[in-house]
Amino acid sequence: MKDPIEFEGELIGWHDPDENRQWVRENKSRKLVDKRTTVAEAVRRFVPDGSLVAVGGFGHIRIPMALVYEIVRQRIRDLTVIGKTAVHELDILIGGGCVSRVEVAYAFGHELRGLSPCGRRAVESGQVRVTGEISNAGFQWRFLAAAMGVPFMPVRSMLGTDTIKKSSARVIEDPWSGKPICLVPACYPDVALFHVHRCDQYGNAQIDGILVEDFELARAARRVILTTEEIIPHEEIQSQPWRTTIPFYLVDAVIQVPFGAHPTEMPVRYYFDEEHIAHWLEVSKTAEGVEQYFKEYVFGVPNYEAYLEKVGGEHLLAHLKQVMNLQPDPPESNGGVL
Amino acid sequence: MNNEAPYNLTELLACVAANLLEDGSSVFVGTGLPLIAGMLAQRTHAPGLLIIFEAGGIGPQVPALPISVGDSRTYYHASAASSMHDVMSASQAGYMDYGFLGGAAMDCFGNVNTTVIGDWSHPKVRLPGSGGANDVSSFCWRTIYLMRQQSPRTFVKKLDFVTSPGYLDGPGARERAGLPAGNGPYRVITQLGVFDFHETSKRLRLKVLHPGATVQQVQEASEFEILLADEITTSQEPTAEQLRILREIDPRGLVIGK
Repeated sequence: MKDPIEFEGELIGWHDPDENRQWVRENKSRKLVDKRTTVAEAVRRFVPDGSLVAVGGFGHIRIPMALVYEIVRQRIRDLTVIGKTAVHELDILIGGGCVSRVEVAYAFGHELRGLSPCGRRAVESGQVRVTGEISNAGFQWRFLAAAMGVPFMPVRSMLGTDTIKKSSARVIEDPWSGKPICLVPACYPDVALFHVHRCDQYGNAQIDGILVEDFELARAARRVILTTEEIIPHEEIQSQPWRTTIPFYLVDAVIQVPFGAHPTEMPVRYYFDEEHIAHWLEVSKTAEGVEQYFKEYVFGVPNYEAYLEKVGGEHLLAHLKQVMNLQPDPPESNGGVL
Repeated sequence: MNNEAPYNLTELLACVAANLLEDGSSVFVGTGLPLIAGMLAQRTHAPGLLIIFEAGGIGPQVPALPISVGDSRTYYHASAASSMHDVMSASQAGYMDYGFLGGAAMDCFGNVNTTVIGDWSHPKVRLPGSGGANDVSSFCWRTIYLMRQQSPRTFVKKLDFVTSPGYLDGPGARERAGLPAGNGPYRVITQLGVFDFHETSKRLRLKVLHPGATVQQVQEASEFEILLADEITTSQEPTAEQLRILREIDPRGLVIGK
């Protein structure tokens, strides 16, 4: 190439494919065993300080909040978070003091809801460091490479921009067309957290609605923790095996957590709790507000059930179901739709 | 703009943007105004508009304004609820006619910054980053930008950070960098007018003025010199029908009210 680019992004989550194969051989059980556990135990076992963490779903969609709050509750530290459109969970984890580094495709913003006061404060003060930039497709294809067990994926975006210069990608000449091509390195998160609609006790999981990048991410991560709206019998999985998005051998822990995505959206089941999200965005404008929020919703409640009760209980959850189903709200109601 | 106009600026921009989209074409949309423009086009002259969202929504009949590009409303009555890999691959393979994005700042070649204000390592303001925007502007045949606040701070000579590619440093640069050939920024819509890019120099060029806006205003609201088309036309004002539909799409004025 004529103009060699100086790439400055830090390489996060990469392993030599042979090293990772060996790790998989030694650490991932192929046995059909019951993986049910508790949120507290799953975080204790699979999210040690310093982990590289990825969260399934997208933005405020299908975020495993029970796990996210538990990471805050256990005061896990020094995490590197995959900012693959990481929005609410990243905010909460940063606010909880759990995060040191983020690789950013999209972070520190809340789409239509505006920029993140908490995330911005952390980055602009240097509390959290951005290790590099990438695009959403770029991140997605880093997981695809890892899922396939290949060292990189060729990609035709990011070329020519500062995004690629601050990334861990490389540019080479395509041996066939002779054109420059971007290679994004495989990314193997230490642990990926998902909230799914249903799975069996072994971890065979079904997701309703868009998959976003969860198919690839579940296959790329070394450890996978599932929270699920419901646990169903293995026979139900077997009766429609084409619905399994995440097969059991990828999964390390399974926890049943109804409404486990609150205040984010669980497709088909319940919509965003817009009021709660707005509350977080308001209080997180100050460090004191963040502390107060955690005192109230994380440290001040013994478990996730108590949290759900605190945010509005059955009445609220029934309402969020209605909004999901596009049931009309009275016009003066603020109910979840904004 | 005339204070007595029966529409606000956002409504005008949404209509101008919607009018650019052809029936039977595909458009990859971001949240907010681009999505509203797509929804409006679909409910007026382009019922067959194929709307695509980066998180996997393909061909929905969007019932109400989604707050996120992954919102379940992005695949309501859709042809498919798929994945990011699927829609990004389709875009890279050439299926996406239009990309529709917003941007924080732009230079004369249509490069866009949504990453950082100030130095990258020590940001003055940290913005969200590329998200899917770099991919959309790399992969879609024609990218349209909606920037509500054209000023010398947003139309700048040099960007603090090039997040997403316009024509990079000029003609042929995208292809030299390895981006898909024949793509690029197509139109930029601001509060003052509509811009295209000069055929050979690939520099931003004023093409249409909104009602009441002047060439002088356009030049003053830019740090770089804006080229002028031989004939500068005036944008079409929103019709009563378009306004009615816009208020139906965003009854709470979440975007339109701004």
